[in-house]
Parts: sequence; C-alpha cells; structure tokens
Amino acid sequence: MKLKSRHLLGLEGMTKEEIELILDTAKSFKEVLERPIKKVPPLQGKTIVNLFFESSTRTRISFELAERRLSADVVNFTVVGSSVAKGETLKDTARNIEAMKVDMVVIRHSSPGAPHFLSRVVKANVINAGDGAHEHPTQALLDMMTLREKFGRLENLHVCIVGDITHSRVARSNIYGLKTMGARVSVCGPKTLIPKDIEKFGVGVYYNLEEVIPQVDVLNVLRIQLERQKSGLFPSLREYHRYFGVTREKMQFATKPIVIMHPGPINRDVELSADLADGPHSVVLEQVTNGVAVRMAVLYLLGTTTIVENEVH
Amino acid sequence: MKKTKVLDAEGLRRAINRLAHEVIEKNKGVDNVVIVGIRTRGDFLAHRIAKMLEELEKKKVPVGLLDITLYRDDLHGKLDQPKLKSTEILFDINGKVVVLVDDVLFTGRTIRSALNALMDFGRPDMIQLLVLVDRGHRELPIRADFVGKNIPTSRDQVVQVAMSEIDGEDAVYVIDNEDQEKIS
Repeated sequence: MKLKSRHLLGLEGMTKEEIELILDTAKSFKEVLERPIKKVPPLQGKTIVNLFFESSTRTRISFELAERRLSADVVNFTVVGSSVAKGETLKDTARNIEAMKVDMVVIRHSSPGAPHFLSRVVKANVINAGDGAHEHPTQALLDMMTLREKFGRLENLHVCIVGDITHSRVARSNIYGLKTMGARVSVCGPKTLIPKDIEKFGVGVYYNLEEVIPQVDVLNVLRIQLERQKSGLFPSLREYHRYFGVTREKMQFATKPIVIMHPGPINRDVELSADLADGPHSVVLEQVTNGVAVRMAVLYLLGTTTIVENEVH
Repeated sequence: MKKTKVLDAEGLRRAINRLAHEVIEKNKGVDNVVIVGIRTRGDFLAHRIAKMLEELEKKKVPVGLLDITLYRDDLHGKLDQPKLKSTEILFDINGKVVVLVDDVLFTGRTIRSALNALMDFGRPDMIQLLVLVDRGHRELPIRADFVGKNIPTSRDQVVQVAMSEIDGEDAVYVIDNEDQEKIS
C-alpha cells in the first residue's frame, strides 16, 4: 500500500485508503515523538526546501521539526511581505530548485494552484502547505487524526466548521477529507462568508450557532481574518463575536460533550472565547502535537517511494 | 513450489523451552534481563520466551516490541512500501541486558537496523541475539547468541515461521520457489 501521487497537493480526489494510510502512519510517528531521542533516519541524505511565500509560524515550524526528526537536510526560504508576482518568479524559483538538486519542496503560496504548477515543472516531491483559499491538506489531516484519537472513528461524526468558509483553505480541505472518511459536515457563519454553491460539496449550511450546536459532535472554529472586516464582509468584531463567536453561553445548547478545534492562531474572545479555548473540551494543543506526526507521515510516505522513470503525474 | 515442514508444533515448543533455559544460564538468572521482539513474528516469539522465563524463574520479565521499518537500508529501493507499525518499549533499557528476539536470521540486515534503533533508546549493558532459525547467508558480521535451530538453505529458498497467534499453527517451513523474489 502506498500513496498514488508523488505529491500532496490537496485532499480532493484522495481515497479513503490513502487517508487511512497517512493517519495510521502518523500514529506510529507519534510514538517516535515520545522517545528520549526524537529522531529516526528514513530521510537521511534527502534535502527538503520550505518555500514560504506567505507568513506562517506554526505550519513552518511544524514542517521543519517533522523534516529534521526524519533526518532530512532542511533549507528555509521565506519571502514575507514581498510582492512577488506569481507566474515568472515561481518559475524562476522552480528552476533554482532543480539546479540545487532538492528532493522535496514544501510550499505555501497566496495563489491557489501554485503547488500544482510547481509539481509540473520540478522533479521533487511537492507538498502543499496552503495555497490561497484553495487547500491546506496537512491541516485537515491533523484535524482528522485528532478526531480519530478522540472518538476512535470518523464515520458518522458530525463536524461543523464555523466562520469564514469562503476564504478558508482549512475548511475546504476538511470538507474533502471528512466527506471521504464518511463524516457528516456542516458549515456555519455569516451569509457573506459562506460560498453560494457550498451545498454541492454535500455539506449542511447553518447561519445560526444555536441551531447547529445541539446536533454536532465537533466544532472546528476558524480564525477570523481581521482584514475581512475592512472589506465589509461583517460589520465589527464585536458583532461577529455576538453572533458567531463560540462561547460558554452558546455551548449550553449542546446535548452532548462537544470537542472544540481551532487551527490557530486564536483571536481570543472573537471567534472563540478564552475560557473555552483553555477548557477541557478544547483539543487545540493536541492538534499542534499531531501536526508534527502527520507531517512526518506525509514526508515519509512521499519521500521513500521509488521514482519510476518516465512516470508522469 | 515445494513446502517442507522442518519443525512442528512440538519441536517449536521444545526449541523455545531450551532457548529460555540458555538465556537464564548465560545471564545467571533474569534479574537484569529485558526482552525486545522485532515485529512481526519476533513479537510473538518474544512473548513466549518471556512467559517461559517467568515460569522458570518466577520473575516478571519486561517485553518490548521494535518496528525497524524506519531504520531499513532498503527503504528507498522498494516498490511497495512496508507498512509502518509502532514500537512499544515502555521501560528503560539503560544498564539492562537486552535479549533481542527475531524469528529468522538471514542476511543480518534486519538485526543491524534493530541495533541502530535500540541505541536510540539508550545504552544497554549488553545486547544478546536470540533467533528461532538461523538459515545462513550473512551479509554483515552478525551472529546469534541463542539459536533454536540451524537450517541450511540455499539463497532462493524461503523460510517461513508460522505462529499460532496469527497463522493458526506453530511450524517452520522451507519453501523451494525459483520464481519468488528473495525475502529477507
């Protein structure tokens, strides 16, 4: 059993067996993270470059730790705040990567499809660490790993993703992954932040937290990006908090214990109240731990497959 | 394909019994001994050895399991990826005598991987190797301290150890198969 593609570009189109393989492998790597020496040799001699065209702390550190714990050599390339236009520079970067004989590339880019473009022009394995509002597959995988630990299954779990669905790559990857694994998925947020044709993904749509909370097992609360307010998609942070902030008061509508997730970083008391973020139902820090294990699994599975000559993805 | 039974359930039980006695004799008891089995067949073998040691010495012997996949030297050459399983060594191996257990000793490459993996867990006083079958054809300077049965084989034969825990019977077979690829 191995992954069909040499790259991890998104969860769209990935099979249940492939996702299960990644999650099972991640479980084994979690044990490695608990050892006194948290390092194993499978990617010895491999060079991985982390290409971050968009700022990120958690994801970049998580990838870097995962890479180093698999004994790979790591190079970081960060272009924070630079206004690199997509096409040309990315192509140039790709040429440079080829020239430097890099084995794997982890890329985050503000343009959807940037990793796909890269995967067509370089020989290295490409891993998508977030491309615009498109996908963020490793985040969804670590979310699913955390849920599988908590509930022992993903089938028939009801997960509601709360917040800015339109601009969220986390939401999209979670929807693809969870639907493939047989979970029930809903979204909840202001009408201005939910895509019009979202039903075609097979998810339930709610505009009211009180209505959805009694039905769910999990709330995955997305970070509300403050710049969205400037573009007039919601009136104020206080109003957003009043209607869509997950708070203790709103949790009183729950009929069973609900697991609360957040991809981070949290705007405390905006999308999620501070007491809930630190409370017993929050699995925010487990998500971070599992992030390293999931990324090790993906790097290991992609990095140790033999490249068959003339294989075209 | 010709399949010859070289050890039956009774023979396997006697071999394990003798191996357990040898471990006790060599270490003058089991006070400082821990057992680590290499997944998958070494796992069941390790538990049987430990059980036998407990019966003989009336002392509990810790058992750990080692998955060596991440330490293999042929990880990048395989077309089908070996499935990664968990390592479970829930005790400190520093200062202990580790009896490393595997079903078949062949090229020695699995044992090389296991030694590297064990070193990442600490510094045992000594590592001893126990195998049920030694079939020869070593590619590395490695030898076993305790051997259940020496079985001379040719390189293209396959030695298959069946254990009732997963295979439904206890037995050791030698399989002649010209077509099959070498399995280590």
